Amino acid sequence: MKMHVKKIFVRVVLISICMFVCSCSSVKEYQKSRLNDSEMILSGRKIEKTENSFQTYREGASGANGGKTGGGCGCN
Amino acid sequence: MRKIYLIIVWMYAGLLASFSQNATTDSSGYKTRKLTFEEVNLVSSYYVQDGDHASVTGGKGSEKLTDFANVLDVKFYRHDKKNRKHIYSLEAGIDNYTSASSDKIDLIANSSASSGDMRIYPSLSWSRENEKRGTTFGAGASYSTEYDYNSFGGDISFAQKTKSRNGEFFIKLQAYFDRVLLVYPVELRIGSTDFYNDSYGTDSRNSFSASASYSQIINQRFQLMFLADVVKQSGFLGLPFHRVYFTDNSVHVENLPNSRLKIPLGLRASYFLGDKIILRAFYRYYQDDWNLKSHTINLETPVKINPFFSFTPFYRFYNQTAIKYFAPFSEHMETDQYYTSNFDLSSFNSNFLGAGIRLTPLNGVFGYKHFNMVEIRYGFYKRSNGLQSNIVSVNLKFN
Repeated sequence: MKMHVKKIFVRVVLISICMFVCSCSSVKEYQKSRLNDSEMILSGRKIEKTENSFQTYREGASGANGGKTGGGCGCN
Repeated sequence: MRKIYLIIVWMYAGLLASFSQNATTDSSGYKTRKLTFEEVNLVSSYYVQDGDHASVTGGKGSEKLTDFANVLDVKFYRHDKKNRKHIYSLEAGIDNYTSASSDKIDLIANSSASSGDMRIYPSLSWSRENEKRGTTFGAGASYSTEYDYNSFGGDISFAQKTKSRNGEFFIKLQAYFDRVLLVYPVELRIGSTDFYNDSYGTDSRNSFSASASYSQIINQRFQLMFLADVVKQSGFLGLPFHRVYFTDNSVHVENLPNSRLKIPLGLRASYFLGDKIILRAFYRYYQDDWNLKSHTINLETPVKINPFFSFTPFYRFYNQTAIKYFAPFSEHMETDQYYTSNFDLSSFNSNFLGAGIRLTPLNGVFGYKHFNMVEIRYGFYKRSNGLQSNIVSVNLKFN
């Protein structure tokens, strides 16, 4: 039953993502003033670098954040 | 009559010549080919933690640790003859840390030489952006060294924008070739126990990863990014000074498998709400073949008090299941093939919350025009198995 619920949840998430991506409107360069704000960036910000570092050491998971994925340190 | 015609033709030619010096506007714009300084960032942080499950003493004991980290990142750029932008980045980091548990590698001495260490990690990267084609190639190299761990790393990357320039696909291949100095707990060494004069053996740890991401602008206020990595590690994947106590009270060095496959999947989103609030969210699902599964949710809300000052509260929730080789102090059996009492690989939840402020005055910080940003951030981290920490970070930007 739990697996069934999980499968439905994954399908709902994937369909929602597809709907979001398909509903995109084309944005011209001059319309990107809000998107180009320095706090709208989609990657981790420089000040988060050392926070990501301690999390890599203190937790078992890493990666999928544009930074370290494993290796380069005596971390997990 | 002929003279009049000739005079009229010459006058017309003269009129044309007088306007010929007005060149048509160069829409491409001149871009310097000289190597030009772009910006420098300094990120410093002070981290303090404490807990009661030190891996060096088998999952029991003080985890007190302090770390003072500094990273300097300098960026230059230039354009080539084909108008492609080359960006060169040099980064140098130094971490100074002291650790109460590392002090216990030698249980007999009052203080062992491993109670503090310094890690130095420089790296270089280059990228070439072709604005016309929407492509970017990149490459990088890194090095990291501390007393008992050295690493050489390299990466190559490629990015391609969509035709509308609203989407971008990115792929990166990375490799790390690491060397671990086998500093065993003093009672488990064969022969001499002199920390400085022992000739320790070494073992290798190699990591290979492929990362892919796709970012998409949804509308003028909203954008998303999907990220996925595949990481394969092989070699000595534990740490030689981690003790494990069995049920019969015997003590052993942590023993983990020599391969690990990790798959993290992530989603980032940022939305500009109204005129002053930004919502940033990050979700990651992680799974590996050591049975560790985790979920990470990170939410940040920068609030622009005015165009030059913003306040950003944040909250991060993390949870993980334990790896199949973990057991707490004195619970491993003699029949276990692989074993660890490292609580970083146990089952727990954690909460990380805090806030930051960011200043970007028009005339520069303290009136110095090249000092154009300062950001300060504080965070408190607490794990459900007792470890907690505080971190203060500062980012200074000059250009």
